[in-house]
Amino acid sequence: MQRYLVRRALVTIPILFGITVMSYFIMSLTPGDPVQMLINPGMSQADVEIKRRALGLDRPVHVRYAKWLNELVHGNLGYSYSTGAPVTKRVGERVAPTLTLTVTALVLSYMIAIPIGVVVATRRYTWIDYAATFLAFLGISLPTFFLGLAGIYVFALRLRWLPVGGTMTLGGDGGLLDLLLHLILPASVLAVAGAGALTRYVRSSMLEVLGQDFVRTARAKGLAEATVLRRHALRNALIPVVTLAGLQIPALLGGAVITEQIFEWPGMGRLTIEAINQRDYPVLMGITLITALLVTLGNLLADITYSLVDPRIRYE
Amino acid sequence: MSEWAPSRTASFWSLAFRRFMRHRLAVVGIVALGMLAIMALAAPLLAPHSPTTIDPTTFQGRPSSVHLLGTDSVGRDVLSRLIYAARVSLSVGILAVTMYVLIGTSVGAIAGYYGGTVDLVLSRIMDIMLSFPPLIIILFAVSVFGRPSLWNVIIVLGLLGWPAVARLVRGQVMALRHQEFVQAARAIGASDPAVVMRHLLPNAMAPVLVAATFGTANAILVEAALSFLGMGVQPPTPSWGNMLTDAQSLTVLEQMPWLWVPPGFMILISVLTINFVGDGLRDALDPSLKL
Repeated sequence: MQRYLVRRALVTIPILFGITVMSYFIMSLTPGDPVQMLINPGMSQADVEIKRRALGLDRPVHVRYAKWLNELVHGNLGYSYSTGAPVTKRVGERVAPTLTLTVTALVLSYMIAIPIGVVVATRRYTWIDYAATFLAFLGISLPTFFLGLAGIYVFALRLRWLPVGGTMTLGGDGGLLDLLLHLILPASVLAVAGAGALTRYVRSSMLEVLGQDFVRTARAKGLAEATVLRRHALRNALIPVVTLAGLQIPALLGGAVITEQIFEWPGMGRLTIEAINQRDYPVLMGITLITALLVTLGNLLADITYSLVDPRIRYE
Repeated sequence: MSEWAPSRTASFWSLAFRRFMRHRLAVVGIVALGMLAIMALAAPLLAPHSPTTIDPTTFQGRPSSVHLLGTDSVGRDVLSRLIYAARVSLSVGILAVTMYVLIGTSVGAIAGYYGGTVDLVLSRIMDIMLSFPPLIIILFAVSVFGRPSLWNVIIVLGLLGWPAVARLVRGQVMALRHQEFVQAARAIGASDPAVVMRHLLPNAMAPVLVAATFGTANAILVEAALSFLGMGVQPPTPSWGNMLTDAQSLTVLEQMPWLWVPPGFMILISVLTINFVGDGLRDALDPSLKL
């Protein structure tokens, strides 16, 4: 087991290296000149050259990559083209809001998917199963931005139950309740697509477990159906489903770009759009790198959790 | 293939067809998809106005007898734009997915067939590419590839989408390559490309077809999201995604629902119907995969 964990962790190292190479490769293709975004018409050509050299833009790509990687190892992701602040700082201050949003959405999607998935698995091929299937596909097919706009229209503009966007009421004290009120709509919107997919997984995982011998044994010894479902079936059915959380991370982070943009949520997603509009490639690469890192770590955690909670899994 | 193979193939596909027809939502989906395709092809006949002509007498106009779904912020007919935009969505879906299915199938077949170092290198590349959250790497690539446009979106999606298909094909090919019919083909002297093209890939295609269908739905969603963010199809070319961009203003959102509800519904309907078709195909082609 320990050997597996170590080997599994070691596999991620070349992947992390590859992630940096690929990010840098894409960045090296940038057509726009970031210096153009910084200069004002009053600057002379010589000043522009000095600025370019100050940013290290006159060196060949592989030299810049090596330099950048060396800095990266020392915890320095470079400096934002637009504000001059360290990328780690600009991206770092956006990590917490994004994690708040995505983790809430993840928890919400499980809270929706598990009960529905279990219920429809026990009532296979009834109208409720078909209705849930339809709803699950509806959730997967709804464009996040359309759902978000519709959510704002209904709950913020028409009913006036929830705020339109942001993280706190202007001039408010910014308390926890205020944050929660601002969180409900974007987190729910982000949770819908994941909930749709997860419902399908819970259903099929539950169906698989319900067909197994130990469930028949539990029923045969006269246990109440509710006990069989909860104690014997659900516990086992949830193992693969819970580890799916790791695989949800890429979709959640991508969905966060749109959700944060619509709800003016100050996270990495919104920063992505800002960085694109400002051609701020170091920031963009910082985001790409950090999100890829989160995905890789998520997968690693999912694999480790799986091997820990399910003794049937044998890696070797 | 040998003489008796065609009859067996036919029975597989006719069985699959029967299973597909039993999936009611999938049948509804394929009919709706056909109507969407007709709408896209016959757009000039169906649209009451040109999608790009500006009516100077009205902008952000309410639905009226002249403009059934009103006009947008510069005075273009919303209904006509809605109809023409079907072309954008369907062409992104079809072209981007065709592109990455071709790349993914080739890469996956090479990795699965040759194994060893080739497989190791290709698989690590797939791992690396699959580590990036799709929308973020797509946004990064689109912004780097020069001016955002329809072709830009198609090419970026086509170039970035292949690893999932490659992984799928690789698994299929690896499972099949030691089977007797493959060894038989090799024993009678079939070359590597012939073994892969004639014997391995046809047997590996069912899950690829399913993945491609779901991929088409996803590509349409991604194009819409990119265009919505201003990083995809640019006005005046109509796309359901860029028709929703204006709704980021609360005034438009609150007071002009005709500008953003119809395109949102069109995205939803087209993605939903394609997903139903994908679900039907999965049931029909691979009954063991029951998700």
